[in-house]
Amino acid sequence: MRLEPRTDTPLALRLLAPVGAVVAALALCALLVAWTGAPVLRAYGLLFEGAVGSRFALTETLTRATPLILTGLAAAVAFRAKLWNIGAEGQLYMGALAAVVVGGGMLDLPAWALIPLVMIAGTAAGGVTLLGPAVLKVRFGVDEVVTTLLLNFVVLLLVSLLLEGALKDPMGMGWPQSAPVVEAAELPKLVARTRLHAGLAIALGLSVLLWLVDTRTIWGYENRAVGANPRAAAFAGMPVTRVMLRTALLSGGLAGLAGAAEVCGLKGYLTLDLSPGFGYSGIVVAMLAQLHPIGVVGAALFIAGIFVGADAMSRAMPVPNYIADVLVATSLLCMLVAGLLARYRLRRG
Amino acid sequence: MSSPVKGRPEVVLRLAGISKRFGPLLANDGISLTLRAGEVLALLGENGAGKTTLMNILFGHYVADEGTIEAFGRPLPPGSPRAALEAGIGMVHQHFTLADNLSVLDNVAVGTESLWRWRSDRGAARRRLLDLSQRFGLEVRPDALVGDLSVGERQRVEILKALYRDARILILDEPTAVLTPQESAGLFETLRRLTADGLAVVFISHKMNEVFAASDTVAVLRAGKLVATHATASTDRAKLAELMVGRSVKPPAPAPLSPGEPVLELAGITVASGHGRPLLDGADLTVRRHQVVGIAGVSGNGQTALAELVSGLIRPDSGKLSLKGSVVEHGDPADMVRRGVARIPEDRHSAGLVGTMAVWENLIAERYHDSAFSRFGVLRRGAAKTYAREVIEEFDVRCPGPDARTQLLSGGNMQKLILGRTLAHGPDLILASQPTRGLDIGAVSYVHSRLLDARAAGAGVLLISEDLDEILALADCVTVAYHGRLTPLLPHDRVSVSQLGLLMAGHWDILRDILPETVDAA
Repeated sequence: MRLEPRTDTPLALRLLAPVGAVVAALALCALLVAWTGAPVLRAYGLLFEGAVGSRFALTETLTRATPLILTGLAAAVAFRAKLWNIGAEGQLYMGALAAVVVGGGMLDLPAWALIPLVMIAGTAAGGVTLLGPAVLKVRFGVDEVVTTLLLNFVVLLLVSLLLEGALKDPMGMGWPQSAPVVEAAELPKLVARTRLHAGLAIALGLSVLLWLVDTRTIWGYENRAVGANPRAAAFAGMPVTRVMLRTALLSGGLAGLAGAAEVCGLKGYLTLDLSPGFGYSGIVVAMLAQLHPIGVVGAALFIAGIFVGADAMSRAMPVPNYIADVLVATSLLCMLVAGLLARYRLRRG
Repeated sequence: MSSPVKGRPEVVLRLAGISKRFGPLLANDGISLTLRAGEVLALLGENGAGKTTLMNILFGHYVADEGTIEAFGRPLPPGSPRAALEAGIGMVHQHFTLADNLSVLDNVAVGTESLWRWRSDRGAARRRLLDLSQRFGLEVRPDALVGDLSVGERQRVEILKALYRDARILILDEPTAVLTPQESAGLFETLRRLTADGLAVVFISHKMNEVFAASDTVAVLRAGKLVATHATASTDRAKLAELMVGRSVKPPAPAPLSPGEPVLELAGITVASGHGRPLLDGADLTVRRHQVVGIAGVSGNGQTALAELVSGLIRPDSGKLSLKGSVVEHGDPADMVRRGVARIPEDRHSAGLVGTMAVWENLIAERYHDSAFSRFGVLRRGAAKTYAREVIEEFDVRCPGPDARTQLLSGGNMQKLILGRTLAHGPDLILASQPTRGLDIGAVSYVHSRLLDARAAGAGVLLISEDLDEILALADCVTVAYHGRLTPLLPHDRVSVSQLGLLMAGHWDILRDILPETVDAA
């Protein structure tokens, strides 16, 4: 048996690959579930129900998916240009920081003006955060995997410093949290009496927009060419450095927007546990989606559903909700294998 | 060990009815060949004709679907390189299989000693290596690191490695592809010594002049079939070319045209290299309309810098570059395209095309800002694909359509794609860097005729090639690059191959004989 590269991967196979990966991951993790002594099918049933089985479950999943779509897009956009942005977590916090600063009451504006302003501030903060590593990469060849990853910790410490100091909420009973954003900066709810907010609409809109930009515009065309073969792109006369920096601004901006939307749509203020690793999960989302902007939505919904559903399941059964992390990680590994199998065919002899 | 029947040395290798199928492709179709001791057999064929497949079957990398192999009268078990080595077959691959971090001696001896012995007998290995090296004139330094050797030296090590393992049949896969003309000549000399000692050699090639320089017998493969086997002396180039391609191939015949006004002028161009000798050192050059100027030279004498300069990838440190009479101050690739330069890059895979993108996307890569292909930043995909269909048609690019992924195209079709991208707009200057490297005869003659058509239409062509035959066939004038300097233009009818060879080696004193009038001025 050996692997032979396919000349072309049919669309059906490209769609089937993530489905197969998820099924394989569920099957593998069934062993772990069985190990805890819980009935596997019932556990998965509860997980499914907890993710989409009720109005509450569904809105929770969608709420959880919102930042994942944005960080997933951040990773997808960067990875397509071969800019390995591992720093979405830090960019997200920078975006959140900008949101609480701009939306914290220093501007007295109506909601229609303040909300866009806060979102733009968050986007800009995230984008600028990635611009530094990107400039180092294009000018001096500094490995952005290292710089973006390490910058995450720098940003977290900066946020910690501000939350203990300059930005600390005087009414916060001593907790390390910022003052809440003013009411005019809060994103409207999409469904009454749930936590689902307008951030989802922004995320969905952006994924469609990015897909259109990618396939229909000069920008997307340049991005794809530079990502696939920078030497040929430069030879043809494309502005390779500008494309890289543009991509960095966009990727960091998307992650920053995720942070701003979490603050203004959900939490209202900034704490150090704003993100349970949305920046890192975004990488998984992007990989599951094969870096496709529309696929990112599906992958983010899947991962959000797993986390939300696993919480519900763990309340009813002796299966710890860590199974969600294992499931997501296993899905990623299965996806890498499935991606390989989709690009190759097995041949005997 | 040879049986000296007069005139007919023993048959050392017999292939009978070898067939090999890869999916829908019949790579080898019932091939039978014999090889005698002391014989050099050239296996000639276009890219994809099945030469390398056949040799890989012989050496045990692949298993044939049908057919048998006999070496020295004994059947060779299929699919085992070890069995092939033990039967006395040695192979020198096109891409060398040497460890850069080991010495020559270690590279040669590796794998020949039992791993169970607690110490290796390096003294004996060294004596044997030096003995072989002396006997066949393959000069090497046993203690040099392979990573420090030139390509020609590495090839010698590969050959010694095979001889060290007692190879009596040597297979060389495209051995001259990486060599300079001088190194190739050295290789052919080595082959003569080897065959004088009774070895048999198979060498794979798609270059005609090598076949005549080195082989006794030539076997021509076309589309997996053996179409002819001839004594080399009893055939000629035209006949072999026809056998290879399956139809007659006319050599390019540039019509005499009088050169027009200058399109490219280089004056005192210097490009520093960052260390040591500059890449270009005060180079002067003029290319006129209706004129092909060939740059000859051993690779690494400034040709790459010259190509990058005219492509707009680098800028000169001093000197002046003018196009159509206007000085180019800050050239970049997009600017060069706007000024009417058609650029055919040296490496079409890595610099010319984006393999994962569609054919149409590659075709508009140099002019996607044109209003024909985009408006307000939005691509006009329909218009671009229609345009791509026209270019595909006009330049005979064989592909399923404009949406096909470019990396699926053959080398020849990729080059046609690049020609289509650059020549479809009536360029004033064409920069052709190694435009036919790695292409088969059919594609080569297509590229040549397109370049000559453009010349007739009024373009100036700057042809950079390591293939002297190509330069002499196409160029109106030749200049030789040596250590970053360029000779004055030499009319092609006033300079011979041997003179070019001397100039390429740096003997510029002979310029006085070729061009008495201009040298005095310079």
